[in-house]
Amino acid sequence: MSRTGETAPGVTARPAGAGGAARVPRPAGPAGRNPAWLVTSLVLSVLGAYFFVYYVPQNYAPSRVDLFTEALFVGLAATGLNILTGFNGQVSIGHGAFFGLGAYVTALMMDDRAYVEFAGREWGLGDGVPFLATLPVVAVVCLVVGALIGFPALRVKGLYLALVTLGLAVLFPDLTKRFVRGTGGTNLVGLRGADLAPPDWYDWFPDVIADPLDDYVGARDQWAYYVALVLVGLLLLAVHLIARSRFGRALIAVRDHEAAAETVGIDLARVKVSAFALSAAYAGLAGSLSVLVARQANAGRVETFQLSIEFLVALVVGGTATVFGPMIGGFLVVFFRDWIDQQQRLEDLFDSSARAKLLSPAIFGIGLIVMMFFLPDGIVGGSRRAWRRVTRRRSHPIT
Amino acid sequence: MDLFVSQLMNGIERGVIYASLALALVLIFKTTGILNFAQGEMALFSTYVTWWLTEQGLAVWLAIVTSVVLSFLGGAAIERVVMRPVEQSSPLVIVIVTIGLFLAFNSLAQVVFGVEAEVIPRAYPNERWDVAGVNLKMDTVVLVGILALECVLLWLLLQRTKVGLALRAVASNPESSRLAGVSVGSMLMLGWGLAAALGALAGSLVVPITTALNPASMQEILVFAFAAAALGGFDSPLGAVVGGLVVGVANALTIQYVDALDGIELLVPFGLILAVLLFRPAGLFGKVHVERV
Repeated sequence: MSRTGETAPGVTARPAGAGGAARVPRPAGPAGRNPAWLVTSLVLSVLGAYFFVYYVPQNYAPSRVDLFTEALFVGLAATGLNILTGFNGQVSIGHGAFFGLGAYVTALMMDDRAYVEFAGREWGLGDGVPFLATLPVVAVVCLVVGALIGFPALRVKGLYLALVTLGLAVLFPDLTKRFVRGTGGTNLVGLRGADLAPPDWYDWFPDVIADPLDDYVGARDQWAYYVALVLVGLLLLAVHLIARSRFGRALIAVRDHEAAAETVGIDLARVKVSAFALSAAYAGLAGSLSVLVARQANAGRVETFQLSIEFLVALVVGGTATVFGPMIGGFLVVFFRDWIDQQQRLEDLFDSSARAKLLSPAIFGIGLIVMMFFLPDGIVGGSRRAWRRVTRRRSHPIT
Repeated sequence: MDLFVSQLMNGIERGVIYASLALALVLIFKTTGILNFAQGEMALFSTYVTWWLTEQGLAVWLAIVTSVVLSFLGGAAIERVVMRPVEQSSPLVIVIVTIGLFLAFNSLAQVVFGVEAEVIPRAYPNERWDVAGVNLKMDTVVLVGILALECVLLWLLLQRTKVGLALRAVASNPESSRLAGVSVGSMLMLGWGLAAALGALAGSLVVPITTALNPASMQEILVFAFAAAALGGFDSPLGAVVGGLVVGVANALTIQYVDALDGIELLVPFGLILAVLLFRPAGLFGKVHVERV
């Protein structure tokens, strides 16, 4: 949560430049003033694009590429949570459930054996549907379910809402165990290699992107990574546009001061339910992407809860109510977890890798607390403050 | 009918278990105004301490008392070191910090004490009586007794002593309390210490009844305890007890009688929470707060 909560009513307190209306002269930001800065940022973005679009998928081993894909979808779920928690101020610790819902819908549609047992009938949800075709379905399903859960959430605020969403994360695995009949009758829906192979048209792309020497199954990791990269790019652009739209300003106004927002004519219910639905759809799509890496959809109580926490951590570490913060947070969380799990020194210390792995949540938890002490507005928020202090000028924050 | 009564007793036993942890949640909410998501894991850690002390050859009762005292000190220390710097922050920051504590305590318990399931001996003989056809367990009697005692002591402390008044004043308005000469910091530490001590007592008594002690022991209990506290109202100790009993009994009866909810009995407590929050957001016994705009 940003510091703007203290300057109620937030709508009027914000600088006009944030709206981005053409008539209002924007305060000259660093980019508009300094050609050296412009060149630097141009070079940096070209290098970044080269790294993410070409270098990562073409040079790293499949397991490493999968790790990048994982960072992308964790970041995507955190981005969705940001719409709800960062911009709208509704804390959820149950987004693992929407993530799982997305994963299950995708896996059930792609697999020809798994089905849902409901009301005495078996619902197959499609056989062998291509991955990309499941995405619109996931988006719609999660929008609807998110809205349905958003309605009761209208009456519940703050810490109580966190509690209700916690229930969501705890309930979801039980629901899958009851209704989903996957591999061997369990709630795990496993997919075969052939199901996850890239489609034929993936081969049409130039060699640089789709290496023709790779057979289809071998190119799975690159295909998954590119799908994630494109989807994340589009959805980040959407957040960027939302944050500057009328709806985005309404989200922030409701967060900062509900009563004041209502008096200026904002429909509280519509805004809050839409935020819930949108953020559920983001988390669901992230779940769909996870199927490409995990090759299965599965839900256990512990895992769903841990995922929900991980999204929240990524959001807070990166920076709430910023566009790129949650994505940066997603990368940090995933790579940090991977790094701790590989520490040889910890293994030596405890004489076993299993016991050393147990320590990673502890380091995670303590790191989180320390982070809240020193950088409560996340990495993006903190560096913005640092930048402002260096330049001693007012830049134009989104929030 | 017999089946119904035995399920009812079963539900009451579970309900008392939930209520004992819910009481700790309520205490921390009533004295500091936050929901402590780490309460279950703090209780878990304390329970491990109890187990470790019994392993060192201490008598069970003595081990529990020692663990409760240590937990009181530990809880107060956590407030001073971890919570104090973020006291004034938004709910999100506080949620994140308690979740950080949750992760830290759970994994530290595993690293320090190991992942194997451990058995804690009961502190009292494990007896059963047949009272008018109803199977009455010593476990239930002891837990009900302890819970009743806790409630009375808490009520006396909060409503009948000067310290209790200060505790309540700090929760409702820290600024004015400070002006009135209340030491806000020590009251917050006291609140956390008491809650941690209650959690330690609950964990040490409950774990021998339900399962062997393992790192996941408290998680399901915590969920039900939250349900109980939300149902009864987060600022009412009596509400926590009634909420715990309602949740426990409803759950036991659902398992026995409602086949449609087989495997998803958790829908019942959460349905109850949702219903209560929708129609009476402050909980059954909670006080309604009026917000000034």
